[in-house]
Amino acid sequence: MTTDLLASSPLSQPFFQHALLAGTPIAAACGLVGYFLVLRAQVFTADALSHVAFTGAMAALAFGCDLRLGLLVATVAIALLFGTLGRRARPDDVVIGSVFSWVLGLGAFFVSLYTTSRSTADGTAGVSVLFGSVFGISAGRATAAAWLAAGICLVMLIVARPLLFATVDEATAAARGVPVRLLGYGFLAAAGLSAAEATQAVGSLLLLGLLAAPAGAAIRLTDRPYRALALSAGLAVAETWAGLFASYAVPKMPPSFAIMAAATAVYAVTFLIRRPAATRPRIRTPAPARS
Amino acid sequence: MSRIMDPATEADERRVPAPGADGDGPVLALRDAAVRVGGRTLWSGVNLRVDAGEFTAVLGPNGVGKSTLVKLVLGTVPAAAGDVRVLGKPPGRANHRIGYMPQRRAFDTSMRLRGTDVVRMGLDGDHWGVPLPFPGPRRRAARARVEEVIELVGASAYAHRPIGQCSGGEQQRLLIAQALVRRPRLLLLDEPLDSLDLSHQGDVAALTGRICHREGVAVVMVAHDVNPILHHLDKVVYLAGGGSATGTPEEVITSATLTRLYGTRVEVLRASDGQLVVVGRPETTGGGHAAG
Repeated sequence: MTTDLLASSPLSQPFFQHALLAGTPIAAACGLVGYFLVLRAQVFTADALSHVAFTGAMAALAFGCDLRLGLLVATVAIALLFGTLGRRARPDDVVIGSVFSWVLGLGAFFVSLYTTSRSTADGTAGVSVLFGSVFGISAGRATAAAWLAAGICLVMLIVARPLLFATVDEATAAARGVPVRLLGYGFLAAAGLSAAEATQAVGSLLLLGLLAAPAGAAIRLTDRPYRALALSAGLAVAETWAGLFASYAVPKMPPSFAIMAAATAVYAVTFLIRRPAATRPRIRTPAPARS
Repeated sequence: MSRIMDPATEADERRVPAPGADGDGPVLALRDAAVRVGGRTLWSGVNLRVDAGEFTAVLGPNGVGKSTLVKLVLGTVPAAAGDVRVLGKPPGRANHRIGYMPQRRAFDTSMRLRGTDVVRMGLDGDHWGVPLPFPGPRRRAARARVEEVIELVGASAYAHRPIGQCSGGEQQRLLIAQALVRRPRLLLLDEPLDSLDLSHQGDVAALTGRICHREGVAVVMVAHDVNPILHHLDKVVYLAGGGSATGTPEEVITSATLTRLYGTRVEVLRASDGQLVVVGRPETTGGGHAAG
């Protein structure tokens, strides 16, 4: 009986199974990392990393190595570079902006190198890096991506509490012995890995949506940090599933589009939900001028 | 100019009753301490002894190194000379028994964390892993302690609101609760009255005085203006001109002592309500936000 049901369902299709296998842990990792990106006001860092992912993949293609190697090396290296250029492993916008455009320029260079020197056998590789090709992911790649994403999730759960302390209250956390700098670097590396992973699912142009939208929605829905963290991961997974099934049902819709549409729709809906206990901030008496 | 010790101060040092009948020794002891930052000696020859239940203020003009004194106690800045003991140990070894409240601006209004979450961070924010969502005795104990300390600072009414939506005074109370939640023996408060209006300054000062004298916590507070805390103070460290003076407020905040510290004519006037007005000190004309 189950086989009858499965035969007609997308779950019987190997390509769909692979997409779910890779997409689920990647979405969860993006949700966990995204919550801290939003809380630390580092969404721009993630945006830059998504473009770095493109350049890394193009460099790998141009030099003829594994695309995933290029993705991982580029995103993690640039994420750590951002950390060293910023104060206390918190990159500032000017640094990101400069590195970001330079890296994107490098990407353009690698694209032209790749298209002129390599055969045109895999001419759509650039497009699939930009927009993702989760339905084209092989069993081996899906398993590898799932393991790595699960590892990112585990690390994020282990560091969540001190990272939250360091994010909200850096000086106090440092005085309490929280390794603030190390956590800052570790978190940037995790963000880089997530960007590399998400590139394989939704593409480098769209991965920011998977990092920022579920987290933004979760933060709008609850004030409790760990509930928001769980909600962010849960929303990211649910939106990914919704996108994958919708894309299966309507083949004209690419999965990346469907996932992003679901993520954006959920985020938009949170603006319609008025939180009941949202007391307006009081009008503050300006502090008396000192001097 | 580098070493000024008021004779009265040394007398005062001797007057302090032998601390802790339980033989604990002073909570904080600085002997001839000096601090150098970037090759420049900020201050030297600072002597200070703080016992349990004593409220000490660190005063002085902007940029003189008041916050640096707090960092010295925390062990993040080394002493260039002299001896520093925190709870009988070198600085940095007893930080788990110190409640520290750094100088800060207010939380961003968009900060979506409740006051209780911020207080809870003071309790176990440095532990690894996420707190498990299952009820248990440890979780109940943690919640009870957070509630108790929020009650102590009188923040129960707004502790469940997002902290970004609390007023500056409310945020300061919650942060004091955060610093107190682990039952520290020493509370280091860096300009907690900064950016508060006058009535909130009085509230927070009274709260700190109450915690200090009733709960027996030693308090060291960096302050810009002594008046809001004057009635609660046991001791004052006045840093200026590379030197320092230590003693009771009546001994230190005098025309003679401050004139010697600043090296220019400074006059201390006492208003009828006991408030002190310092006339002629450089900071009253300088202003600015740079912290000492």
